[in-house]
Amino acid sequence: MIEEIITARDLTKKFGDFTAVNRISFEVKRGEIFGFLGANGAGKTTAIKMFCGLLYPTSGQGSVAGLDIFTEREKIKKRIGYMSQKFSLYEDLTVAENITFYAGIYGLQKKDIIEKRDELTDKLGLGDFENKLISSLPLGWRQKLAFSVAIIHSPDIVFLDEPTGGVDPITRRQFWDLINEAAHSGVTIFVTTHYMDEAEYCDRISMMVNGRIEALGKPSQLKTDYNVESMNDVFLKLARG
Amino acid sequence: MKRFYAFVKKEFYHILRDYRTMIILFGMPIAQIMLFGFAITNEIKDAHIAILDPSKDYTTSRLNEKLLSSGYFILDKYLNKPEEIEPVFQEGRVKVVLIYDEDFSQNMLKYNQASIQIIADATDPNTANTLINYVTSIFQDFVLSQDPLPKSVVRIIPEIRFRYNQNLKGVFLFVPGLITIILMLVTAMMTSISITKEKEMGTMEILLASPMKPIQIIIAKVIPYIFLSFSISIIVLILGYFVFEVPVIGSLTLLLLEFLLFIIVALALGILISTISETQQVALMLSLLGLMLPTIILSGFIFPLENMPKILQWISYIIPARWFIVILKNIMLKGSGIELIWKETLILAGFAIFFIVVSLQKFKIRLS
Repeated sequence: MIEEIITARDLTKKFGDFTAVNRISFEVKRGEIFGFLGANGAGKTTAIKMFCGLLYPTSGQGSVAGLDIFTEREKIKKRIGYMSQKFSLYEDLTVAENITFYAGIYGLQKKDIIEKRDELTDKLGLGDFENKLISSLPLGWRQKLAFSVAIIHSPDIVFLDEPTGGVDPITRRQFWDLINEAAHSGVTIFVTTHYMDEAEYCDRISMMVNGRIEALGKPSQLKTDYNVESMNDVFLKLARG
Repeated sequence: MKRFYAFVKKEFYHILRDYRTMIILFGMPIAQIMLFGFAITNEIKDAHIAILDPSKDYTTSRLNEKLLSSGYFILDKYLNKPEEIEPVFQEGRVKVVLIYDEDFSQNMLKYNQASIQIIADATDPNTANTLINYVTSIFQDFVLSQDPLPKSVVRIIPEIRFRYNQNLKGVFLFVPGLITIILMLVTAMMTSISITKEKEMGTMEILLASPMKPIQIIIAKVIPYIFLSFSISIIVLILGYFVFEVPVIGSLTLLLLEFLLFIIVALALGILISTISETQQVALMLSLLGLMLPTIILSGFIFPLENMPKILQWISYIIPARWFIVILKNIMLKGSGIELIWKETLILAGFAIFFIVVSLQKFKIRLS
């Protein structure tokens, strides 16, 4: 077992003259819920894409599940799950077809797929909707389904890029229950968000401002360090410099 | 392979579920071939003609009779003086006015020469041209059937035969043209839109973060469109054959292989378009303006390339459809084998390789 499931050392990504991610360094431990916080445009998505093999870093070092993010991208892809801001499911396919498809491209066996599908629809209470098109589902359900699909192949780690955008607080709360459940079953969670209240649900967080990590630690510890009441205040203090 | 299969299956769901697009994709070519075959014809029947005949003698009345019994013309009215010509055209019904010399018969006997002026309404130049051709050939026919024959110095009697398309049926050209457009439309436009859709919906990122390799994703996405465009063009081929007797004289295998080659060119173009467009609308506009228009206009399908300005002819060299139509016409109508179309085939293959390399390059750049 590797204790550090994600490592980053001076990881940098430049687009032309613009430095989107500026020498970030941190580790994520197995089974952790690691929050990656920051304002819009702080470089969270760019960072996540480098770990998922969607972008090449400009410089620095990094590893996911013990595999190098420069040279072992294809191997990494088998070990991770990824959910983007758009809860990307196919709207013109049914719930069951979406599940089958995503399980299929991760190479699951047919009988495992059927088993997983039934288990999933049961758990999410989507049994009656199995043959309904995604376009007929409310946003909250799509979001939960997108998350469940992202971990359908039991990855070591799942990257969630702003998974709670655009949904109401109750649905967000329910969604975090799902995340916690997954974390208990051993999946490491790497989640970006700009909702500071969600930071409280994370084991550890890093705070990103303009491409740099300005703070890193347990939420409670950060609050003490900066001598404030809430994570929101930590963020405001950092953002204003 | 299992992953690949799951992907292709999903792609077929997308296509089959979008029944509106399916209706357009299958309905449009069928409607077009029927239109081109039945409704659009270059032959003109019952054109209105007005005649100004000051001599009113035996010869002119025989000529008129011959003209009017040809089936191409019906008499609108006899005119009495030249001033009536303009108003008659203005009314718009009359397409041709015929003006005989005075003393037509006598001139013919005395000088062995008599003249007729033929004026045509050229607001529609193609019609005017065709009608003039009808009139002159009827007159020539008349002259040759004179007894005794006029004593001209040399007599050349052309006997015309239209090879490969005896009856000059327009549909002979439209079937190859339509197949070209369908292959271009369905493969290039539909693939570019469907790949861009994945980008727009954000699903492309998920796919790229999965163990599927980019090249697998692309191939899996285009396979259904290869099937689709192949089957539609075969439907057009069959319709052309059974309804309009458009033949496939050459090798069917060669024809289908050439289909495949052109589909690969179109696919590469579609992928290229999808790499440079972020939204489906952009992909659609690029395909329409960048591919469809040149394919229709500069391929020689509707407008003869020989009559175009040099610069447009040069541009037409880089239109894959231009070469493909030549290949189709040669195989289908002339029965040519590969030895006569290897040059065009090689050019298409060149296009295919070039566009594939460029689009893969673009795809890679987008990833890094």
